[in-house]
Amino acid sequence: MTAIAARLTRPGFAAGGALALLFVVSLVVGVGDVSLSRLTHDPEAWRLVFASRLPRTLAAVLAGAGLAVAGLVMQALARNRFVEPTTAGTDQSAAAGVLLMTLLWPSSSLPVKTAGAAAAALAGTSVFLAVAHRLPPNQPFLVPLFGLIYGAVLGSAAMFVAWQADLIQFFEIWTRGEFSGVLRGRYELLWLSAAMVALAWWAADRLTILSLGRDVSIGLGLDYQAMMRLGLVIVSVVSALTVVVVGMIPFVGLVAPNLVTRALGDDLRRAAPWTAFVGAALTLGCDILGRIVRYPYEIPVGTILGAVGAALFLWLLFGRRA
Amino acid sequence: MIRIENVSFARGGTEILRDVSLELPSGGVTAIVGPNGAGKSTLLSLIGRLQPLQAGRITVGGHAVDSTPGAELAKVLAILRQDNGVASRLRVRELVAFGRFPHSRGRLSNEDRAHVAASLAAFGLDAFAERFVETLSGGQRQRALIAMAFCQDTPCLLLDEPLNNLDMFHARDLMRRLRAAADERGRTVVAVLHDINHAAAYADRIVAMKDGRVVADGPPAELMTPETLERVFGHRIRVTTIDGRPVALHHL
Amino acid sequence: MIGRAPLALAALAALALLATAAFLALNLRGDIGFALELRGARLLALVCVGVSIATSTIVFQTVTGNRILTPSVMGLDALYGFVQIGLVFALGGLGFATLDPRMKFAGETALMTAMALALFLPMLRARLDMTLMLLSGVVLGVLLRSLSSLLARVIDPNDFAIASGASFASFNAVRGDLLAVASLMTIAACVVVWRARHVLDVLALGQDASTALGVDWRRTVAGLLALVAALVAVSTALVGPMVFVGLLVVALAERVVNTRRHAVLLPAAALTAIVVLVGGQATLQHGLGGASALAIVVEFAGGLLFLALLFAESRRR
Repeated sequence: MTAIAARLTRPGFAAGGALALLFVVSLVVGVGDVSLSRLTHDPEAWRLVFASRLPRTLAAVLAGAGLAVAGLVMQALARNRFVEPTTAGTDQSAAAGVLLMTLLWPSSSLPVKTAGAAAAALAGTSVFLAVAHRLPPNQPFLVPLFGLIYGAVLGSAAMFVAWQADLIQFFEIWTRGEFSGVLRGRYELLWLSAAMVALAWWAADRLTILSLGRDVSIGLGLDYQAMMRLGLVIVSVVSALTVVVVGMIPFVGLVAPNLVTRALGDDLRRAAPWTAFVGAALTLGCDILGRIVRYPYEIPVGTILGAVGAALFLWLLFGRRA
Repeated sequence: MIRIENVSFARGGTEILRDVSLELPSGGVTAIVGPNGAGKSTLLSLIGRLQPLQAGRITVGGHAVDSTPGAELAKVLAILRQDNGVASRLRVRELVAFGRFPHSRGRLSNEDRAHVAASLAAFGLDAFAERFVETLSGGQRQRALIAMAFCQDTPCLLLDEPLNNLDMFHARDLMRRLRAAADERGRTVVAVLHDINHAAAYADRIVAMKDGRVVADGPPAELMTPETLERVFGHRIRVTTIDGRPVALHHL
Repeated sequence: MIGRAPLALAALAALALLATAAFLALNLRGDIGFALELRGARLLALVCVGVSIATSTIVFQTVTGNRILTPSVMGLDALYGFVQIGLVFALGGLGFATLDPRMKFAGETALMTAMALALFLPMLRARLDMTLMLLSGVVLGVLLRSLSSLLARVIDPNDFAIASGASFASFNAVRGDLLAVASLMTIAACVVVWRARHVLDVLALGQDASTALGVDWRRTVAGLLALVAALVAVSTALVGPMVFVGLLVVALAERVVNTRRHAVLLPAAALTAIVVLVGGQATLQHGLGGASALAIVVEFAGGLLFLALLFAESRRR
């Protein structure tokens, strides 16, 4: 046990150090000078940090960690390595949900809208899982394929409604992940996704058993349906939160868990914390990248991750076979 | 120990089990045999509450399988299914350790660890313990799954075609372990077997099924007659005796 | 079955004519000559798009031996978009953007054809599992679209319209300047495909069988793929990316004529495409107000059909 602990702590320190470094870089980089030298004497710089940079950085870390763990849970539920909330209709359903809330109760508060989004995400993901479990298990690529197209169909239906209702601007905000609008007081809901990560960690053993299939789960005395629901709630709430607060961020939930489970295996108890780490670092890193590629303009993190994540996805698909 | 009363089961309009009643006392090895489609696996999965009962009643150790909480039943019976396509990236040790979940709820005690180690050793898995299950061969994976079921350490053990994918050495080894579990620790073992000779050599009792009904039931010596076997399997099978045990020459 | 085909084709042709007439004549007001000219150009574009989508989809399906694939599902239209924006990015300083649109179109098409061949020929020859091929195509499409919008933002960070505008096809803003060259390309491609219709029937039997029957599989397929790429360039350049229309149209046509023989299916699918696009546009434009919606509606229906086919296909194996 101690040998394993020793083996784990060194990369643990490395990862913690890397994330901390990204965190500091994220505080300093961007429009508006917050260089370290200025921080020593200028209170204005500190104001900028607390009002904008720190919330933005925290939002990226929370959203990244949440989405990565949601992806890990999703993969256990679907028993398929290549699914995640944006490729299973979850995010698209959440966007449709918040759209409906905006249409029907325009004056409802952000938490209420988020609840609506979560409910829609729950429904949309349940449909996906019901179909995914009926697809033949010997064709593992069928499930993500179905999920991608299912998400696209849901997304275009929602977009059609948004178009008709002249809400297309809002819809773009929900569907394109972006941290530039994050300010103090406008991201705090995202802390709930940290709670969801904790929930996944708490149920890690049972979620791992769930990934072994229905028969094994029942054989080991698990309440299969209840665990399925718990997993769905984790995935849906995280998705809804990110969609409402910062917008869709693709591929984090796919790439981070795959990178981690490749090295550590599918035991969620072991993989979940690392997945959260990698997801947070990936999201934060891409956000920083988006800030410097076309300085002083910003490129949304969703756009960056769409490219980076899709490339990594292809690598995951073919890397193993080579 | 296991009491099955008037169980019938249909799927998609096809009757799979028709009014099956059986009583299996505590301790001992029972083999369920029969041709394909006889309803053996369905019966086993109904005992293991993997499928909901449609008609009739099943109790295991006095617990009705359809109303006892799953977590409680998991301490009474362990079930190994036939089609365990575990494609998971779990290490063998992790997989086997999940057999302790009903007892530990995920927090392994030293006793749990001892069980895991014993199961790994018993099925010759020590060398693979840190390998991912998906990298194992079919037979090794089957042994890992059997080890997991053993590790659950329940009074009652249900196995659906456990010899699948196993080589001769490991098939014999498993049958001896099942025998020992019954003799030394008083376990109740129920196994669906497709080889009648494995059943005859190691089981106390053979239950033969056909078309969803129990058509013969008794100790091997009683059941292993050409007449009974023809009734079950549909063709004449010679039976001879080697070292006092009946052996069916079904391949001839 | 043979007897049914001419009848079905005739019926489809009649429907297509009806749709065309409706498109041109419904609610005609004001300066009739001018309006007809405008609508005529639009009609020509829609027909061009329909025919090229139908033809490219059939050829692609036959070549890949898969009835769920369309060039767009495999990311070809995203490739075209990427080539477009990539050329602007790479050659922007050289005044590429101000070049004659027809020249630009020709350059883009050539480059895209080359890239499509480089991407898909190895894939076809590796005989990938169908679902893996589909999945990688879809992901490739996502990658190319993301790269395009990334480049678009790097080129012009303020122009949000680039990113959002390119993600949906529109039949209202048809590119008139490209109409002539696009029509010519469509006609040329159709002639080539029509003359190859019997070869296509053979190719549908698969690589081994067609080689055994004396078809040079590699060369033929490479040529046909290049043709498909050019056709996708035509439709994407004219109206924008459409992923599922081809699938919808070909599946409908196959249902109507009940054969996979290319001599029948090619014209049937082209006619069906005209009925769906021209008829749909006429209905939506004049009947149902929301004229910009046709692309979304057709895509939605096509997406659902794709899911249904995928499900059925996976069950069959």
